[in-house]
Amino acid sequence: MSETSASTILSVNNIEVIYNHVILVLKGVSLTVPEGGIVALLGANGAGKTTTLKAVSNLLHAERGDVTKGNIVFRGEEVQSLSPNDLVRRGCIQVMEGRHCFGHLTIEENLLTGAFTRRDGAAAIKASLEKVYTYFPRLRERRTSQAGYTSGGEQQMCAIGRALMSRPNMILLDEPSMGLAPQLVEEIFEIVKELNEKEGVSFLLAEQNTNIALRYATYGYILESGRIVLDGAAKALRENEDVKEFYLGVGGEGRKSFRNVKHYKRRKRWLA
Amino acid sequence: MAIFIETVLSGLMAGVMYALVALGFVLIFKASGIFNFAQGVMCLFAALTFAGIMEKTSVPWPIAFVLTVAVMVGVAWAVERFVLRHLVNQEPIILFMATIGLAYVLEGVGDIIWGSDVKVINIGLPSGAVDVLLDNFDIYLDKLEVFAALIAAVLVGFLAVFFQKTRIGRALRAVADDHQAALSVGISLQTIWVIVWSVAGFVALVAGIMWGAKSGVQFSLSLIALKALPVLILGGFTSIPGAIVGGLIIGVGEKLAEIYVGPMVGGAIENWFAYMLALAFLLFRPQGLFGEKIIERV
Ligand SMILES: Nc1ncnc2c1ncn2[C@@H]1O[C@H](COP(=O)(O)OP(=O)(O)O)[C@@H](O)[C@H]1O
Ligand SMILES: [Mg+2]
Repeated sequence: MSETSASTILSVNNIEVIYNHVILVLKGVSLTVPEGGIVALLGANGAGKTTTLKAVSNLLHAERGDVTKGNIVFRGEEVQSLSPNDLVRRGCIQVMEGRHCFGHLTIEENLLTGAFTRRDGAAAIKASLEKVYTYFPRLRERRTSQAGYTSGGEQQMCAIGRALMSRPNMILLDEPSMGLAPQLVEEIFEIVKELNEKEGVSFLLAEQNTNIALRYATYGYILESGRIVLDGAAKALRENEDVKEFYLGVGGEGRKSFRNVKHYKRRKRWLA
Repeated sequence: MAIFIETVLSGLMAGVMYALVALGFVLIFKASGIFNFAQGVMCLFAALTFAGIMEKTSVPWPIAFVLTVAVMVGVAWAVERFVLRHLVNQEPIILFMATIGLAYVLEGVGDIIWGSDVKVINIGLPSGAVDVLLDNFDIYLDKLEVFAALIAAVLVGFLAVFFQKTRIGRALRAVADDHQAALSVGISLQTIWVIVWSVAGFVALVAGIMWGAKSGVQFSLSLIALKALPVLILGGFTSIPGAIVGGLIIGVGEKLAEIYVGPMVGGAIENWFAYMLALAFLLFRPQGLFGEKIIERV
């Protein structure tokens, strides 16, 4: 960890994660996120992206998962033993896969729950709310609607907005593109970029949509079966032949077959 | 006609008490998904503590009330610290069994500290017939019951505002909606559980005092909890208005049934009417009258 300089906001060092005391899911994952960066964590369904994010935010514990090896350092502090609540107070918050808005609460109430850990007074919270509404004008329109009755895009915006209400330094964003139309995905990523540039929020972004993630991220890690198999600057990854073949430019149909190829290749790599 | 009205009114008053107990259940169930078998015993324990403090120390009742509230908060804290915290993520049935254990512990502790004799609560609550009704319409209605209904209404109003308008209330609803998401935004479930159990303890105390003032504080008080179950089935486990309306329906229903149907089948309908009604509901409307709609939309 001595190499983690002041400009690193998050470093995950060789962590192993086990669910239910028996299921080994992460087998030594390391990654770093620079202060003010957007880092993509890529990989197919089941690769371990969500598990990695939850290990950082410590939501893992609620799912009977444990970090059994390695450590996680957020802004110079080891955080494995902290509760999610402690982490949110320290500026690290997760936006969960599948959005998880509070369905029976209105959009505005959802946003306000994001300020739960704050102690800086009603005026400051009101100001943050206004800021969220300027980033997501659509949320202002739907502020009195029950979140459960809003569209998928609106829910994704609500989930991100809710996280913003905690005034984070870092957001762990899990599959924001999931189930959204391409145009909406683009809109969401534009806002992520804006938040990154204007608010200085760092992002660790788990995505299956490699294409868009590598366009917005500065750096990427590719995860397969709980191991990082490749990492590099986003630009380099976009031009990497393997990435091109297996993760980019593959239509919905091609998926099944490339999985087979991948399995084959991976076996070959291990055997070699 | 007077008899009918009298029956309905006294049914409503009994229903208010059922509703209060059911309310405690709903609060805990909403926030933690736990079916709290100990809710009835919490009523007993709270009333016992209140009556016991008054008996042993002869402090004025408001002080005894505040002390008892403090004790119930202590109970809530202990439940979270020594029970719930260790059972996080366990199956609901395990949590349910834990609350059965809790019921026995509370009952035993209450017994050891305050003794098992019947206690009277005499804090100058109004009693006797409401004269206006008795004189003009020949209807007998106990003032205590009217008073209890008023208190219950105030309590419910207070809870509604608490849930809808405050930061903690919002967090409680958030936890009820989605545990995981609540955790993810930094809401501490442990804090929320202590608060919910405290509020449920407070409701139990109010219900216990009302009930105790009417018929003395004794073990049978914890059996009202059994009446709360059909109330919950009727009203839906997650609905506060449901608990209230369900309580009223059962209160009135069983009194009416006792008077009008009872003679035909040999009486004592009051004891099982509520369960029959609940059974019918389970068959035809399992989510209850006000059970929350599950919003499904992706
Ligand atoms: N709560 C859990 N208990 C047991 N296994 C789990 C749990 N959550 C995820 N897994 C397993 O861990 C692996 C990685 O899952 P996940 O981190 O969700 O992957 P991804 O987010 O990349 O799709 C999968 O094989 C999944 O089945
Ligand atoms: Mg995932």
